[in-house]
Amino acid sequence: MEAHAAPYYRGGAPETGLAVYTQKVGMWVFLCSEIMFFTGLIGSYIILRFGASETWPAPGEVLNIPVTAVNTFILICSSVTMVKAFAASETGDKRGTRLFTLATALMGATFLGVQIYEYRELLHHDFGPWSGLYGSTFFTMTGFHGFHVFLGVVCMTWATLKAFRGGYDGGNYRGLEVLGLYWHFVDLVWIILFTIVYLI
Amino acid sequence: MDSTETLHESPDGGTAEAHADGHTHPRYMLVWLWLAILTAAEVAVVWFTALPKSWVVVALLIMAVWKALLVALYFMHLRFEPLRVAVLATSPLPLAVLLVMAVLQEYK
Repeated sequence: MEAHAAPYYRGGAPETGLAVYTQKVGMWVFLCSEIMFFTGLIGSYIILRFGASETWPAPGEVLNIPVTAVNTFILICSSVTMVKAFAASETGDKRGTRLFTLATALMGATFLGVQIYEYRELLHHDFGPWSGLYGSTFFTMTGFHGFHVFLGVVCMTWATLKAFRGGYDGGNYRGLEVLGLYWHFVDLVWIILFTIVYLI
Repeated sequence: MDSTETLHESPDGGTAEAHADGHTHPRYMLVWLWLAILTAAEVAVVWFTALPKSWVVVALLIMAVWKALLVALYFMHLRFEPLRVAVLATSPLPLAVLLVMAVLQEYK
């Protein structure tokens, strides 16, 4: 059983089949299902919006575009730190791995904090999921996205603790790469949502 | 940049940086800069232009797709993955279009 002494995920040749390791394939299959999930939400929004009898508010009339634009920028920055964490781990840069995983978790938490602030302000002005099609579609889409960010922050917190314990040292970068795929996907979905919900 | 990496002009037009073993990473900060510029441009198009609404919508959609592609190709490394992975990753897109079209027909 000597051949099984080294963990299978550390270095070595990629698995056969898709020529990438199985965790990454699993994450991509999961993300495929996520694409269909968000397509259902965004598609419904588009159809409901253009078929709506009620007047849709102009951009910035109800929602706070400047605050959300800054929040979008924070999420984009978190994607950069996420991919830098992966790159640092891959090159054996322990300090970089710890710094960038921590920065990613903090920026994800900041994004959520700003979204909670936004919800609080909107609810204070009596704009909620009960406020017609506009309100219900807005809170459904941004709420589900926020839930995905929340799950990402939980995973990133765990990854940060693991990084500080040296869990990604020695070329063991695959966990960060797979988590990174999820994180970037959530960022990508927000890029679409920001345009469709806030700007158009 | 990590000391083990060396910036170099790559065949894809200089968007990658290489390690000693020839393994490449995209120039992430360059991608970040593009994403930041496009986000600012999106807000500017909405606020500071007197363009017709239809033009604004088209411009916004183009910029959103551009940003999404930057994230998918460079941050998610689809540009550097085997073609089979890219096929797997994009396989739901035709289904997504079908889903929206089908619901649209039902709505009509």
